[in-house]
Amino acid sequence: MTAGGARRTAWQNCVFALFWLSGITAMAVMLAVVGYVMVKGIPEFSIDFFTTSPRGGLSGEGGIASTIVTTAYLVVMTMAIAAPLGTAAGIYLVEYAGNSRNRVATAFLKLSRFGIETLAGVPSIIFGLFGYALFVTAMHFGFSLLSAALAGACLVLPVVVRTAEEAFKSVPDAYREASLSLGATRWETIWKVVLPSATPGLTTGIILGVGRILSETAVFYVTLGGSCRTPTSIFSSGRTMALHVYYLAMETRAFDKAMATGAVLVILIIFVNLAINAVSKRLSAGGNRS
Amino acid sequence: MTRKGIIDEAMRVVLLCAGLASLSIVVLIGLFILRESLPAFHEIGVWNLLSGKEWRPGQGQFGLLPMIAGSGLVTLGAICLGLPLALCCGIFLAEIAPTWIRVVVRPSIELLAGIPSVVYGLFGLVVLVPAVRQIDYPGNAGFGLLSASIVLAVMILPTIASVSEVAIRSVPDEYRQGALALGSTRWEMIRRVVLPAARSGILSAVVLGLGRALGETIAMIMVIGNSVMMPTTMGGPLPGIFLSRARTLTGNIAVEMSYATGLHSSALFATGVVLFVLIMIVNSAARALMSRNVRGGRP
Repeated sequence: MTAGGARRTAWQNCVFALFWLSGITAMAVMLAVVGYVMVKGIPEFSIDFFTTSPRGGLSGEGGIASTIVTTAYLVVMTMAIAAPLGTAAGIYLVEYAGNSRNRVATAFLKLSRFGIETLAGVPSIIFGLFGYALFVTAMHFGFSLLSAALAGACLVLPVVVRTAEEAFKSVPDAYREASLSLGATRWETIWKVVLPSATPGLTTGIILGVGRILSETAVFYVTLGGSCRTPTSIFSSGRTMALHVYYLAMETRAFDKAMATGAVLVILIIFVNLAINAVSKRLSAGGNRS
Repeated sequence: MTRKGIIDEAMRVVLLCAGLASLSIVVLIGLFILRESLPAFHEIGVWNLLSGKEWRPGQGQFGLLPMIAGSGLVTLGAICLGLPLALCCGIFLAEIAPTWIRVVVRPSIELLAGIPSVVYGLFGLVVLVPAVRQIDYPGNAGFGLLSASIVLAVMILPTIASVSEVAIRSVPDEYRQGALALGSTRWEMIRRVVLPAARSGILSAVVLGLGRALGETIAMIMVIGNSVMMPTTMGGPLPGIFLSRARTLTGNIAVEMSYATGLHSSALFATGVVLFVLIMIVNSAARALMSRNVRGGRP
């Protein structure tokens, strides 16, 4: 090997060492955060922690029972609004507007895509601002599950529409043509052929939305109120687990409880990710079959 | 018309309505926030809002400059700390790391991108703030731009690393083989061929990170100190400005929204508009850079 070649190889080794170092550092930094929360949080887990509600006040006593219930209600309510609406919008965009040569439909498609792209880049606090002003104040829903769910639905709608669109687009046109040629109407084709084939993709979108609601804090900080009681109706105030972490950290000195609640959240997010991976594996398996 | 035909037509209308509803939410959010912010822009004036250094809602002073400076500085800090590490991590994962590392690391980075921001904020509050407080500097309380920049750097790391990794991996293998066949080392291949080819994807990774940094709310409230003063060096050298307390645009909205009324409330909506415009500027600047790159890349 020439002297120049040796120098270039030596240089490459130096640079690659640097890349190894930065890769390891990045991983170490990120794991340190999650690891710290888990190590400090998990020892606080106990039956009491999961079955009693926060007692409120400055002491930070009590568990997280009511926050689990509130989180579950909120996730269900938000997705009950966002999932059907987003899926239906996705169907329209792909199955009707997408195939149409009508100029209005094409313009609608372009506008929607631009709107959804824009909405996806909007910081969540803007949704909070909107939700607070419209649902909490103007519509008099107050700080409530309903206001929070409506604001949350606006937040996850772009995610759901986008994944729905992708899911419908990935259904081969041959399926539609076969169904239509057998005499099925357009709606029958969508309902009996396209929708079942797109189910794994739609599921991914919904799970992504659930993850987003689990980890969102800013929107619910300004729409949900923050009462630590278990909600009794859709007009009850409440606090999600993420919000509970915030209140514990900022208004009490109960950092251990905050860490424990944070650890619960991290574990839930791990499950959400596993679920997404499992669904997308099924998705690719289905793709191979066809 | 047959029954089937009626159902078909009815469903078309229903789905059209869903599409329209989704679109109208976008329009509604924009219009609503603009309408609510109009009184502030009208009564205070755009220039006074943007350049005013005092934010005292009680006395009718609504200057957003301290918050714009806060958001700008904390984003700058996060980019300085996080971007090189994140990009190196992306390059490492795409080109250098052995497969087993990639298999382990990629899902964990995806996981880290999904960790709630409040958890990062909590970590900052419990670990970073006391650590920063140890720095001997007049007026240093631990809460401030430095702690916030570090938290934000960690938060944008997974986003930038994973998106840039995907961008680098999507460069066709022929490029790599061509470069190697011409006698370049692997590093020369990465630097001269792969990275330039992946530039637009890497740029969009950076934009995503910037957007996340500018839009982050809760973690910022927890560690930045939320003071409405202009960040200052507190009499020391210039880097000392990062030990100053500050407030971000996002934090300004979140902290004061629940008790604001009248012009104050309108000024918070104006804060939202400023934030939105700021993010739009960042996005379109990046898009302009990218389109220039695409044109240059096509021989």
